[in-house]
Amino acid sequence: MTAVDASGRLEPQAAAADTIDPTVRAAELWGRAMHAAALLAIEPAALGGVWLKAGAGPVRERWLVLLEALLPDDTPRRRIPLNIPDERLLGGLDLAATLQAGRPIAQRGVLAEAHGGVVMLAMAERLGAATATRLAQVLDSGEALVARDGIDSRLPARIGLVALDESTRDDEPPPTVLTERLGLIIALDGLLPSQCEAPDPVELRGWRQDITAARAVWRNVVADDEVLQALCSTAAALGVDSPRAALAAFNLARMAAALDGRDKVDGDDCTLAARLVIAPRATRLPPQQSEEPPPEQQPEPPQNQEPPPEQNPLEDAADQIPDKPLEDTVLEAAEAAIPPGLLAMLQASLLMGRTRSSGKSGAAQTNYRRGRPCGSRRGSLRPGIRLNVIDTLRNAAPWQPLRRREGAAAGLSSHRRVLIRPDDFQVTRYQQRSETTTLFVVDASGSSALHRLAEAKGAVELLLADCYVRRDRVALMAFRGKACELVLPPTRSLTRAKRSLAGLPGGGGTPMATAIDAAQQLYEQLSRRGDSVVVVLFTDGRANLDREGRPGRAQAEADALAAARRARLSGMASVLVDTSPQPAPNGQRLALELGALYQPLPYVEARALSRQIGASVRALTSA
Amino acid sequence: MNRAFPFSAIVGQDDMKLALLLAAVDPAIGGVLVLGDRGTGKSTAVRALAAILPPIRVVAGCPYGCEPGAAAAACPACSAATGKPAALERTVPVVDLPLGATEDRVVGALDLERALTAGEKAFEPGLLARANRGFLYVDEVNLLEDHLVDLLIDVAASGQNVVEREGLSIRHPARFVLVGSGNPEEGELRPQLLDRFGLSLDVRTPTDLAQRIEVIKRRDAFERDPDSFLAAWRAADEAIRDAILKARKRLQKLEVPDTVLEAAATLCTKLGTDGLRGELTLMRTARAKAALDGARSVRTRHLLAIAPMVLRHRLRRDPLDETASGVRVERAIGELFGVESVAA
Repeated sequence: MTAVDASGRLEPQAAAADTIDPTVRAAELWGRAMHAAALLAIEPAALGGVWLKAGAGPVRERWLVLLEALLPDDTPRRRIPLNIPDERLLGGLDLAATLQAGRPIAQRGVLAEAHGGVVMLAMAERLGAATATRLAQVLDSGEALVARDGIDSRLPARIGLVALDESTRDDEPPPTVLTERLGLIIALDGLLPSQCEAPDPVELRGWRQDITAARAVWRNVVADDEVLQALCSTAAALGVDSPRAALAAFNLARMAAALDGRDKVDGDDCTLAARLVIAPRATRLPPQQSEEPPPEQQPEPPQNQEPPPEQNPLEDAADQIPDKPLEDTVLEAAEAAIPPGLLAMLQASLLMGRTRSSGKSGAAQTNYRRGRPCGSRRGSLRPGIRLNVIDTLRNAAPWQPLRRREGAAAGLSSHRRVLIRPDDFQVTRYQQRSETTTLFVVDASGSSALHRLAEAKGAVELLLADCYVRRDRVALMAFRGKACELVLPPTRSLTRAKRSLAGLPGGGGTPMATAIDAAQQLYEQLSRRGDSVVVVLFTDGRANLDREGRPGRAQAEADALAAARRARLSGMASVLVDTSPQPAPNGQRLALELGALYQPLPYVEARALSRQIGASVRALTSA
Repeated sequence: MNRAFPFSAIVGQDDMKLALLLAAVDPAIGGVLVLGDRGTGKSTAVRALAAILPPIRVVAGCPYGCEPGAAAAACPACSAATGKPAALERTVPVVDLPLGATEDRVVGALDLERALTAGEKAFEPGLLARANRGFLYVDEVNLLEDHLVDLLIDVAASGQNVVEREGLSIRHPARFVLVGSGNPEEGELRPQLLDRFGLSLDVRTPTDLAQRIEVIKRRDAFERDPDSFLAAWRAADEAIRDAILKARKRLQKLEVPDTVLEAAATLCTKLGTDGLRGELTLMRTARAKAALDGARSVRTRHLLAIAPMVLRHRLRRDPLDETASGVRVERAIGELFGVESVAA
């Protein structure tokens, strides 16, 4: 697999990075972060904003205070909470003011209020796709467009977004649709407060003057074609495909030159731009000495999940970079700034990529009955629908005078305080995480039974307990002889699962293709219902019955591999537990075709195995 | 309001530009769906299109922008009016459907202002009314709420918007070209909606370094000095506008010969597309392409040039075939008509 190959290449570099004195490295990191704050303060909207990866704490606080201090005093600053409603974010009807004034009063949204300034977004990693997309649209167009509650408006909203991301390595990063538009990426984790000294007031005043001067002139800073060439080819070499990153880097390089009082971009500006903008988005390592076959499956890191372009850009980049000094230095600088955890991230995203739902456990589903409430919509009252009383009243409020007058005109005097019409009804919408089902497919054929069917059973049993704790459902299929049988349909009943497992007979041929087909069928059936499904396949990988049930190893294996390929393409997430005495190529090949995590079953007690598989399953399903 | 980036200055993305132009030449083709990578200028292209479309004549004061003298497709007020209405020229509406739009603003509702101040019931047309005879653009169409998607499908198919609210009953024309863009990674589009789009495209970031550099250069030039950038591209934009106008005139006279219809049928059979919608759209789009090219008659080469964008989203998924559906269409074309005709 690519990631494994890549690790060989990364190691020397990582080792080199480790030899640098940590305090020197910290000083460099903090210095760069402060520099970035100054650049952002020049014109926040021109860079889109900053993706600040740091836990809450004094270091992050210090950086934010610095940014605040560097921004001109009249710059609007707003903070938005995660679950901000649309009418506050974009604007809408101000109901209280409307009722008081007796005519519609619009309220400006936070983004329009922050026009020309910065918007701070706390806990960006928990941001929902809907809000992220609205923010992205505003960042793109520089306008807040509203069409709701009787209000149509279009207000300027050129903002820079400061997205505070507190996610740890295992968490989902903030939505890509947003982070892609934030030019700067700064990671402050690992820095100690003592290593981060803020500039003193005199220095700060000097900085502010420089920033004010740079604001006026940075767009007039000239840059050679070579600069753009260097930034674009660096982006290409590191697999940063979106032109937005290159554009942000280009702007940043010119800002850096302006901040330094120059009217021309030089090599240092370029390296800085590559370090701050391009390197943190790297999706691959640049091509090096040895030629490698094109990777089988392109790794996609969490922060940039674009599908790889058809052509291999590595080769393109390599073709197009004859020895040009600036490009090389910029690329080297960017390489040095690639976060050390990139490799781990690539591997993690490889797992994520397989679940297809951008890594979230059980894609969120909206329906009207169960789950977490998520707003309301217009609707009629039907059985099982829950009326959202507050929203209904809100809806009805502006129409009261009209209705009263109408009622009076028709000669109906109403004693009711509030006149509600069916048109006002708002029903609550609910969002629900779909269920996770773990489907165990156990090879109970003769070859497997001889090796450790009992052990596999033990492992499954422990996993069942794990599933029970997580309230997941389990299903059990077993294959031997000519067929694959659904021993246990999806259930939460642990006892039933245990009983059917214990009674599982062994012996007979291995109809692998049939088993994979059956698993895929059940997988598709369950995912259509909205479940997240993980298939755990226990087998030694030795197929000896083909799809028609005829013996013959060659045909059987070809059929099995074909079935595995089809299952992978259908998006089936799976773990293959190899039950053969020694990890054998059969199982590995099958896992590769399935796109499954490969887990050899070592000669250990079942508990250790269960822990291992439990971790794999969690990796595949957890958010 | 921000000025739009000039259409002619968009680097590459020829398929996307062609599809939008074809839809502008013949709105009956149906909508355009642009799916693809981020940062490929999807939104830019649609907003740019608005700026180059030739202006239309509308009845003065009509909120639906009815065409003067076209009683069949007019709103209740215009079809009831007697005498010759005052007409004026205005740009083709390209209406953005913002995410988070509420249903009342999309379909139209009671006028809140008049209800509050004058205490009277009056219908206030929504976005669908404004989009009549123009384009309705939905960015991130795959993130749109389901009930809004259903509503759009319904109106786009019927060309009529029906509103029943607070005792008001309004029916008005809403004929528009639906343009959707989105990133498939952020959510799948429901197949029913997919089928309603006439053309679909898959856009990718350019891999060519020179192109990438050019993208950034132009974007930067535009941001730095929009006025002179627009001036520099005005002539090119106007040439495109002329081409659209001429193509629209030519469209009426172009017949699609039986040989081309046969080719369309063969292609659809070979690819196993369901229903007749594919063939119908193939015919219309081929005609629009011929008109745009200034050809005297519709030829098979016109058909083949537009076949991928018409058929791509209508193929059944073959789980064993990893190739992109666009490639499958091109392969079928190659097999049926020979490689030369594709190149032609």
